[in-house]
Amino acid sequence: MALGSLRLGNLSQEHIVLAIAVLIFAVASATLPGFFTPDNIVSIIRSVSVLGILALGMAIVIIGRGIDLSAVAIMAMSVAWYLQLLNDGMADAAALSLVLAGVLMIGLLNGFLVAYAEVPAIFVTLASGSFVFGYVRSQLISQDAVPVPNGHWVELFGGVRYFDIPVEVFIFGALAFVIFLFLRYTKWGRYVYFAGDNPVAARNVGMPVRPMLVLRYVISALIAFTAGLLTAASLHSINTRVVNSTLLYDIVLVAVIGGIGLSGGKGGVSNVLFGAALIGIMLNAMTIIDIPLIYQNLIKSTILLAAIIIDGLLNPRDEQTAQQGDI
Amino acid sequence: MKRYWRVLLTAGAALGVSLMATAPQAAEDPAPATYAAALKDKRIVLVPMAMGFDLAQGWAAILQREVDAFGGVFETRDPNWSVEAGAQAITEVISSDTKPNVLIVMSPDLNSYSKLMKRAQSEGIYVILIDNPANFAADAYVGSDWTHLGRLEAEAVVKGCGPNSSKKIGLVQGDQVNATSLYQYAGIMEVLAKNPDFQVVAKPDSNWDATTSRNVTTTMLQQNPDICGIIDFWDGDATGAAAAIRDAGKQDQVFLVTTGGGEKTADCDRIADGTYGAVVMTELAQETHNMVAIIKYLLQSGQAPGTASPYIYTLMKATTKENLRPDSCWDLKALQAEAAAK
Repeated sequence: MALGSLRLGNLSQEHIVLAIAVLIFAVASATLPGFFTPDNIVSIIRSVSVLGILALGMAIVIIGRGIDLSAVAIMAMSVAWYLQLLNDGMADAAALSLVLAGVLMIGLLNGFLVAYAEVPAIFVTLASGSFVFGYVRSQLISQDAVPVPNGHWVELFGGVRYFDIPVEVFIFGALAFVIFLFLRYTKWGRYVYFAGDNPVAARNVGMPVRPMLVLRYVISALIAFTAGLLTAASLHSINTRVVNSTLLYDIVLVAVIGGIGLSGGKGGVSNVLFGAALIGIMLNAMTIIDIPLIYQNLIKSTILLAAIIIDGLLNPRDEQTAQQGDI
Repeated sequence: MKRYWRVLLTAGAALGVSLMATAPQAAEDPAPATYAAALKDKRIVLVPMAMGFDLAQGWAAILQREVDAFGGVFETRDPNWSVEAGAQAITEVISSDTKPNVLIVMSPDLNSYSKLMKRAQSEGIYVILIDNPANFAADAYVGSDWTHLGRLEAEAVVKGCGPNSSKKIGLVQGDQVNATSLYQYAGIMEVLAKNPDFQVVAKPDSNWDATTSRNVTTTMLQQNPDICGIIDFWDGDATGAAAAIRDAGKQDQVFLVTTGGGEKTADCDRIADGTYGAVVMTELAQETHNMVAIIKYLLQSGQAPGTASPYIYTLMKATTKENLRPDSCWDLKALQAEAAAK
């Protein structure tokens, strides 16, 4: 962060978002009663935990110059299928292995089609997301909402607290840390940036560009499954209607607003955290003020638009920076 | 069933004996033939907002049984919560070669399908509007009086809170466009106006999403720790409000009221385990049989579609732990198993 401001002397989008988030936080703390309390801060973090986890998966894919539009479908449908199997009386281990295998398959399929068949990621994942939703909804489960069986570990897991803080906050933190380590300190993590920045050059110097691409979609699918389990743990059921909601756009929003460029090769875990912080603080403050949802959406989207415009002004695209495969 | 047969047979035998005694002329009732002629092979199409939730599956199961019984053809379309897909389904149904005789529509909001449904009527199709009101003169509206539903919810929460409580209530609304949400709100406010010591401290929207409901309820409970009751506008997302109450450890303090289709796992089981304090439930079987009666009436009436638009409101009541009975709810699994067995 400090490096970034030293390098060019002008603000990156990451800093703009962080500044806006801090500003809203400060104003809300000063003016809204009950905003600046430990309980409320925990609930802010918690409210964006699942969103943030999904955005972490999305970030890995976007940094590698892709996008995963099947994330929400995988999240909801894998868990719905898992719970349905349990409700139908299948043993836990068998159900979990079956569902994990399914999640892996979809991740591999996404990755294979993008990496080897060279179909643009946006089409592949859009289609696979619809496929996952349609297949699971019509063939494997009988209702939109599938409850967690009574006394199952998923239900108990949702009630786990350390220091009065819900478990998903810790999982969000742990996942963020692991992905930070992966992207920053592992060879394949660094390769994600190189491959995202210039895939041709990355391949020419001998990086396993295609297998890495496949790996990213598999990671994204597994992260989506984790996010789904956490959702079910908290709500004691999973509602597949979430696939039709704006959640997918919110995930991309968190990643993009945090400053992860859709053209790839830029950004990291901190961007996701800043993006998630901004969204969480904004939604929480608007809920406390009791702003109706339609205005909340308007305000949210206006801020997204502003962030994109500011980014466009600060980091203009031209022939040199525009890359083939931009979305 | 068997018992009824036996009664019928006995009655028939007794009748036979008495008839023989008086030796009358065999009089054939002309009604069944008229009935059959009017109903046989008639097509009934149901377009709910989605087929994947308890109400729609319950309607479909009972309608299927009833339509089969009079020799009609029953079909459903599944827009899966998409307004566009629903519009497309209705358009396709209207312009198909095998036009339905009765179109049953659950409208997603007040206006989206109004024109399409008018067109259906002009093509000679009876349109029955169910569950969600719309700005359109349907051949019948069968479903809840949502304002009254709101009143019942408010009365339940006032009672659940009790006279010695903080009298602070939170609402988790659905959205600001759906008639069910708007009318429900109006009904609640009407009752609260008569109980001026009760006040609404927050009224966020859930957009019918459980996670959003959980997040806004968490905030609501933190801002107003002494809330005594919450009304969540649908059991589909009230699981979120319930999770927030559970997380805050306030199950004994906050009386949660919601509304739903009266399906066992969604409503009665949750009342029994204390998740919901009260649920204003639709009597699904009654509601569906109202539809059936209207279908039978319309098909025999000879009237042109759009002649009259009656409102057939379903009886509702707030079910709590105190008045919960084994038959308070209907069981989707049992209904589906019964349908599958045929």
